[in-house]
Amino acid sequence: MTMEATRYADGTISYPGHPRSRAGAEPVGTIDLSEHTAEVVTWTTSTATPPGIREPNHLAIVEFDVSEDVDDGETSVRALVQLADGEAETGDEVEPVYTEELREPGAGIREPDSQDWDGYRFEPV
Amino acid sequence: MTSSDRVAVIGASMTQFGQREAWIQELLAEAGLDCLEDAGVDAGEVEHLYVSNMTSGEFEGMTGVMNALAHDIGALPAYTQRVDQTSSSGGAGIFAAWQSIASGASEMTLLVGGEKMTHTTTGESTDIIASITHPVEYKTGVTLPSFAGLTARHYLERFDAPRESLAKVASKNHKNGVDNPHAQFQKEVDEETILESPIIADPLRLYDFCPVTDGSAAMLFCPESVAKEYTDEYAIVSGVDGATDTHVVHEREDPTTMRGVVESGKGAYEMSGYGPDDIDVAELHDMFTILEFLQMEGLGFAEKGEAWELVEEGYTERDTGELPINTSGGLKSKGHPLGASGVAQGVEIYEQLVGEAGPRQVDADVGLCCNVGGFGNCVITTIMEAAR
Repeated sequence: MTMEATRYADGTISYPGHPRSRAGAEPVGTIDLSEHTAEVVTWTTSTATPPGIREPNHLAIVEFDVSEDVDDGETSVRALVQLADGEAETGDEVEPVYTEELREPGAGIREPDSQDWDGYRFEPV
Repeated sequence: MTSSDRVAVIGASMTQFGQREAWIQELLAEAGLDCLEDAGVDAGEVEHLYVSNMTSGEFEGMTGVMNALAHDIGALPAYTQRVDQTSSSGGAGIFAAWQSIASGASEMTLLVGGEKMTHTTTGESTDIIASITHPVEYKTGVTLPSFAGLTARHYLERFDAPRESLAKVASKNHKNGVDNPHAQFQKEVDEETILESPIIADPLRLYDFCPVTDGSAAMLFCPESVAKEYTDEYAIVSGVDGATDTHVVHEREDPTTMRGVVESGKGAYEMSGYGPDDIDVAELHDMFTILEFLQMEGLGFAEKGEAWELVEEGYTERDTGELPINTSGGLKSKGHPLGASGVAQGVEIYEQLVGEAGPRQVDADVGLCCNVGGFGNCVITTIMEAAR
């Protein structure tokens, strides 16, 4: 399991990857974010969760510094992630821990076979 | 449609919003027939019929609602089309109706927006709405309220805004809703109650969110030259534009900027010849209180990071403010039946411009409505003015 961000010819990076960048440039490589720590940009704890999701659900937008993986262009990339618990605050450093099932497949409206359901929860470093 | 014609709105209606026994087919027919009656136009004169609706298939197991509506109200053989742009389906319907008249393809276009939602649980309805998300977002369990919580925290921390400023948005819009007989909630809610209500997506609480709602709304469009055959009291669609932001919300450069709001606003201002200072009244998409700040800033009513200060100063109050926002009560108080909401925004601005807003009436020649789909994923901004 990896958490792959995509680099594009125009120097931008995105997670998840897309067939083209926001400006239409082609992909030129990937960066595995699961090997990086990240900084919490903002977070929330949701108490009204949808089917198949733990309650409460701790979520954050985190930012990865990938400057060591690129020669030019963007040097950071963001992701929406689950936090392991409600202990993290804005500015905290967090690291990914693999989880077999972030959400119960088939509990919600999304067709279970249309996507994967494992991934990473993030814990304070 | 002549080359000098403008696109006019000659009728508008909305059903009671809230928990209704009626299902989608009946809701749409109720608003559609009321609108035609309001304008004094026979259904047989309707050439194009648009239905703004996001999820009748998912919520009710019914598709083809535009066909059903045309039959039910006697508008056959009008061209029909369902418009789905998630929560901005209503605004997209206004854009489609404007296009149908401006292009000369139709001389009488009826737009009806509606949704039936309250028979589902909150978990089910939030999951259906969150199905717009990318797979990497969906598996985290993020909901639209969660996006609002993430964004609100970032906004409050970045701009050093007090939590109470969001409560003022909710209390203002509930106060306005008291005078809207069609609103789901017609009661005032004080800031203390809002700030002590249960947490839904920290730091946002129950009263920072709009309710789940059933309802329908409608508008009737035609060339101005045709409008004059029916009435002297009509409104003109001066400018309308739509824009799209990233599908994945966290990929946006600035979490507090909704590019779709900025770009659709620019387009509507340019088409109309008006600017932010010319707007007398606005309906903004307050599905969550934080969205009112983001739209005020994106549309140029406030500088970046300063919308909360204007709200605290009373700038957006209905009876005393310089720019009344959400005189209808907004989605917050009036309710948010997805496909109907953008149309209902247009209904409020129309009523304000033709002087039919009753106790909610403000002095307005030019009004704006901004309808947001997803969490800013798709946005339509419409500017209307009173006929002169």
